[in-house]
Amino acid sequence: MTIFGYRIPMMASLLVWCVAWEIVGRLDLMIMVPPFSEVLRAAVDLVQTPSWQSATVTTLRAFAIGMALSIVVGVPLGILMGRIKLADELLGMWVSIFSSAPLSALVPVLMILFGFGEKTIIAAVFLFAIWIIVLDTRAGVRHISPSLIEMAKSYGATKRALYVKIILWAALPEILAGIRLGLIRGVKGVVIGQLLVAIVGYGALFETFSRNFRMAEFWALTIILFAFALLISELIERLEAKVEFYAGAR
Amino acid sequence: MRNATLRKGPTLMPEPVDAIVEVRGVSKSYGNVEALRGIDLDFPRGKLTSLLGPSGCGKTTLLKIIAGLVNADAGTISVNGRTVSKPGPERAFVFQDFALLPWATVLRNVAFGLELRGKAAAEREKIARHYIGEVGLAGFEDKYPHELSGGMRQRVGLARALSVDADVLLLDEPFSAVDEQNRRKFQEDLIRLRTTQNKTFIFVTHSIEEAVYISDRIVLLSPRPGRISQIIEPEIDRSVDPDRIHRDKHYLDTVEEIWQGLKQYVD
Repeated sequence: MTIFGYRIPMMASLLVWCVAWEIVGRLDLMIMVPPFSEVLRAAVDLVQTPSWQSATVTTLRAFAIGMALSIVVGVPLGILMGRIKLADELLGMWVSIFSSAPLSALVPVLMILFGFGEKTIIAAVFLFAIWIIVLDTRAGVRHISPSLIEMAKSYGATKRALYVKIILWAALPEILAGIRLGLIRGVKGVVIGQLLVAIVGYGALFETFSRNFRMAEFWALTIILFAFALLISELIERLEAKVEFYAGAR
Repeated sequence: MRNATLRKGPTLMPEPVDAIVEVRGVSKSYGNVEALRGIDLDFPRGKLTSLLGPSGCGKTTLLKIIAGLVNADAGTISVNGRTVSKPGPERAFVFQDFALLPWATVLRNVAFGLELRGKAAAEREKIARHYIGEVGLAGFEDKYPHELSGGMRQRVGLARALSVDADVLLLDEPFSAVDEQNRRKFQEDLIRLRTTQNKTFIFVTHSIEEAVYISDRIVLLSPRPGRISQIIEPEIDRSVDPDRIHRDKHYLDTVEEIWQGLKQYVD
């Protein structure tokens, strides 16, 4: 970013918004917006409470299990669809529908199916994350150079070797991109799931804070969630950059 | 369709006795397009045979049928007297776009054919190192394909094909994605490798000069449908300085003769 010829680092804009928030908060215009400094103080206090810690453990566990499931199911499904026309024709429409549908509407259905507990949250993460992983994996497999497949065949690769040594690796950049987008959607899934169930993890905390107008803590929790989503997306991006070197070589 | 083969001129040679690859009555269509019609062809052992023709004459299709990568609609392919329909260890393929694993080093790429055949790591790497040296890439073992030039990448492809110790090497326009200077150097290396490696080479190209320069035998294919129009055996002494071949009268005459034959197909 450049202002009046001076290069300003990107983080500076964040600082400007924080200051703006602080001023608006100090003016005491709305009960919804406490000063930013108060939010920060609340965040520091919040992370020390046992209720936040146990909520975090619950949330992270549901998120991790849901993500693991969607990767374990999504990647093979995407590879199957990328390789086998029949599978693609059978499943393609559904994957497209689910990947663009407003999935929040389905969470109540999940509650009926899985009850008011962790299972519903896991199912929500899975439902939110899997489709983009399937679609990106499929796209990655589709884009593998045909000569790479021919090469494997001409040197007598077994079916297993073809998938494990060629297809999985050749599609890896797209698979990782899918997982990164899936993780971001998974965060949405875990939050929406918990908000709707409202008695588990962060959902329960959000419920408590907003009901009692504890806005500082409410915003603190929101910021922690945002930071978490950014952090994992950043981590996967680092991993992607490592495999990028061969994405360009295809 | 043997009678489609025109045989004339001083370049005519008798039918070779020892054919390692025999193509009998091979036809192939893609939908309504007839790519190959009734191809009968023998490839003599230990020689370099080029399949030459304009685009659309089915030369790559024929090579891939021999490789077992494409199924013919009719006809048979036999290698060492045995009919084949799938890829086998007696044939190795060199790809136009190199087909290297971008995530693997030169060493692993060269050893990859052996890896797929289940050879132990230490042994396959020893063999791979040897052939990396043979194609002039010693010192590049730990580089990745994207760090190499086009010519060097194709050397990796060639080393991979040599490593599996196949009798027949099938090369699909291996130099078309390589720049001109590297191509010249590579062609010289190929002539040298052919004398040291004692293998049969089947080489697809659309370059007349390239075919005449390196081949013992040139099979000219005509397009739509792909058929054999002429077989030429250039009598060029390749033991001399490679640069002299390009000025050799016989070389120039043969190039001209082929050009006259192919001219009619250029639109």
